[in-house]
Amino acid sequence: MNTVPVNRRFVSANRRVREDRRFVTGRGRYVADVVLANALHVALVPAQYPAARIVSIDATAALAMPGVHYVLTGEELAAATEPLMNGLDTPKVQRYPLAVGQVRYAGEWVVAVAADTRALAEDAAEKVRVVYEPLPFVIDPEEAFRPGSPAVHSAHGSNVLLDKTFVWGDVDKHFAEAPRTLSFRVTWGRSSTVPIETFGVVASWDPWREILDVWASIQMPKYPEQIARSMRIPANQVRVDQDVDVGGAYGVKRGIKHTILVAHLSRRLGRPVRLIEDRLENMRAGDAQGPERIFDVDIAFNDEGIIKSMKMRALDNAGAYAGRAPFQLGKPIGAIVGPYRIESVKYVAQSVTTNKAAEEAVKGFGQSPTNYAIESAIEKVAQATGLDRVEVRRRNFIRKEEFPYLIPSGTRYDSGDYHTVVDKVLAVVDYPALLKERDRLRASGLLAGIGLAACLEPSGGNSAFEPLLNEKNKTSTWMESCRINVDGTGCITTTIHTLSSGQGHETLVATVIGEVLEINPDLIRVVRPDSLACLPSNAPVGSRMAIMLGGAAFHAAQKLKAKLVTIAAHQFGVSEDTLSYSGGGVSHGVSGKRFDWADLVNIAHRNFHLLPQGMEPGLETTHVMQVPTGTKLPENGRVQMYPCHSFEFHVVLLTIDPLLGKPEIRRYVIGHDCGTVINPHIVKGMTLGGIAHGIGAALFEEFVYDEQGQMTTQSLMDYLLPSSHEVPKVEIVHHCTPSPHTVFGQKGAGESGYMGAPAAMSGAINDAVAPLGISFAKLPIRVSAIGDAVAAAQVSNEKKI
Amino acid sequence: MMVKLRVNGQTHTADVEPRKSLLDTLREDFRLTGAHAGCEHGVCGACTVLLDGDAVRSCLIFAVQADGYDITTIEGLAPAPGELSVIQDAFCETHGLQCGYCTPGMILSAHTLLQRTLTPSREDILEAISGNICRCTGYGQIVEAVEIAAERLRQSNALHAAPEAVK
Repeated sequence: MNTVPVNRRFVSANRRVREDRRFVTGRGRYVADVVLANALHVALVPAQYPAARIVSIDATAALAMPGVHYVLTGEELAAATEPLMNGLDTPKVQRYPLAVGQVRYAGEWVVAVAADTRALAEDAAEKVRVVYEPLPFVIDPEEAFRPGSPAVHSAHGSNVLLDKTFVWGDVDKHFAEAPRTLSFRVTWGRSSTVPIETFGVVASWDPWREILDVWASIQMPKYPEQIARSMRIPANQVRVDQDVDVGGAYGVKRGIKHTILVAHLSRRLGRPVRLIEDRLENMRAGDAQGPERIFDVDIAFNDEGIIKSMKMRALDNAGAYAGRAPFQLGKPIGAIVGPYRIESVKYVAQSVTTNKAAEEAVKGFGQSPTNYAIESAIEKVAQATGLDRVEVRRRNFIRKEEFPYLIPSGTRYDSGDYHTVVDKVLAVVDYPALLKERDRLRASGLLAGIGLAACLEPSGGNSAFEPLLNEKNKTSTWMESCRINVDGTGCITTTIHTLSSGQGHETLVATVIGEVLEINPDLIRVVRPDSLACLPSNAPVGSRMAIMLGGAAFHAAQKLKAKLVTIAAHQFGVSEDTLSYSGGGVSHGVSGKRFDWADLVNIAHRNFHLLPQGMEPGLETTHVMQVPTGTKLPENGRVQMYPCHSFEFHVVLLTIDPLLGKPEIRRYVIGHDCGTVINPHIVKGMTLGGIAHGIGAALFEEFVYDEQGQMTTQSLMDYLLPSSHEVPKVEIVHHCTPSPHTVFGQKGAGESGYMGAPAAMSGAINDAVAPLGISFAKLPIRVSAIGDAVAAAQVSNEKKI
Repeated sequence: MMVKLRVNGQTHTADVEPRKSLLDTLREDFRLTGAHAGCEHGVCGACTVLLDGDAVRSCLIFAVQADGYDITTIEGLAPAPGELSVIQDAFCETHGLQCGYCTPGMILSAHTLLQRTLTPSREDILEAISGNICRCTGYGQIVEAVEIAAERLRQSNALHAAPEAVK
């Protein structure tokens, strides 16, 4: 399908990102900048207990305050709306924007106050008196999994949302015959991607036009549909403004509960209503917290370090409600063996409710935690066999000539050349020299380690995990669209049908259309119709837009080009295959005659008498694109998950001061292969930003709950984000293995860096402390944990001597 | 109470509650929305503005405290409508941003640095932007942007705002 010659003018060129101009001047349009006349502001009353029955709510004092207009309870909201959507078939695990009858985590929203200003709403929220009767609660996922643990949703009967075992291949036989096996546990702490912009939404119901207008900081597929369903209104009464800039999303900007809350208030009060979370609301009860996961892994391998089979149990702490979070156990099934030739896999996917805030989607949708578990396995096999860690990876890698490669769980990897990427990276870092440098640092009295990680970024997101984990769900369609309109003056305007949160989609679409039509992309206007004027879209999730939006734009442009050629052929009275398109015009090779862009536009717009019979006037084309390879529902627990698979290989050298326990990254190199790069600046930024996220997840970031079920990380002084001091300079080594499934050979890069950075950081720290006979099996690995463990090991080693 | 604030060379007045932050006043009363609320407790730096040339958190000071200072927001940096300052242009050149939410604060912090020195070391740049958290970029292209901007300002004919000695 690589239909465009490799000689490209705009694709892969170092062109500027067009969105940047508005952002560097402070002219982005974020949801908080949307100011409607007469709007009310919302503040929330949070639950004080991790589990409690709501005995009574007294809002008299709050309502008596000047400027306070309404106090909304969960009872009222639940009566007026449908529960929020669950991904799994768990109808008794119901979720509404406000707690109904019972609170299920500390910080859960119990009451919403609407007032003239946010400050007044906050003042009034403090005056609302809620009487609770505390109930037993459970925080730990293993305890929650046990029968008899306090059920977060008693109507559901237990805390188990999902307990599904997949066996792909002859796992028992492979384990029985394996010369060696090993088992281990690693834990991924409850971290997230924490955008600097919190979630916000403004809603305005117009009862005469019968339309709900919504402005939101959203990154979620099917958002208008979900609003309509919960609000019990037809979907064509919901109009989401997509021309709103999102201040970072990385998976978590889901906000459906906020939206239903303000939409109901607006309908109830007849005024626009806005809710812009403050940081505390966001961290405690916004859609902010990501996966928390325990992996129990068994590996069957031999003395040569060849891994034959793997058993993986992943226990996910979904928090208090189900939502979409458990699907994050499903997506990694599409790359469950990573870049390795593991022949059989047993995968036990378990998700439980606990009395923590609900887990939401995060960048990678479960893949980065899974990659951490897989890479931990590789490290342990290397340790057990005494083989070099790179060598173990090389021996197990799928080879270039084996693609397309079918993994046991049913996904066919599109393409890759893992050995070459690793060779290139090791040449850049001079691996033997790097080992020497580590040893020199060790000799100087520091702890020093090298971290390695090789992993995949599945991309081109579909939702194949939905029917895989929920048999009632028969969704296989997962499309993206683009429309191109050339006006009567010849100017091109094109559309995208989703909001963006920094991915440069306007640049992507203009670049692709410019490439196909051979027209300067800077001349192409890109707009975002509101959701009612939109073509089908599934939002920028699953690392899909280069593939899907880029693909839709490409095909729409090809259709436009074809129409121009048809118009020209009709004028020349020749067949289309004697004509060639170049630079916006169409030429007849034999006669040397040519129609330029302006001529063809003029005919299309003004000379109906010159158009071929049956052709529609004007110059407009549309393409709705289905995910490549997305042709089937799952069969026998196997499915083709995402179509494309980018590869990354990380090498980190770090030191730890044994007295302080503080890691310092000395060198960070990543080899990255995402096929054809459409905009190098954007891909570079994604990769560097992903690594920063990964360093955060590995060293700093965790939503911590104490034994009383209270979240103790309630500000950015407790939940630490990497600053410019913590993120090192990163060197990127490029490689390009085009995907056979995409128009330019592109693959996804939106989650790059984050896929392997946590595993690489963990590997580096564990290599650094290995001489002390200790290791870390839980992320994040905090400075305090390192300091304590190193000190304890030194004391214990001295005693042994 | 009435405040009279000098912002980007213009005098604005507003009737604000004493508890209203400078950030909220800039955004709500003057419609200068380039400064953003991120954490509202002084960690993230998205609300950064300049007070007499120094980068400060506008979420941590009250509007009434800002009376008498010369306030610069991101809206005050571009020389003319449609144009970009050298630093803004450098951020576009390296793509030193993605979602743009931290960007105004980041650029103002970089601006302050380059007002003080046009020969910043890499460490100087890291230090200058360390109070501005970016979740998109991992800072790499931001540092490159500041380096490029410093080089261009060094080579420009325009009078430098402050002599090297001030550093």
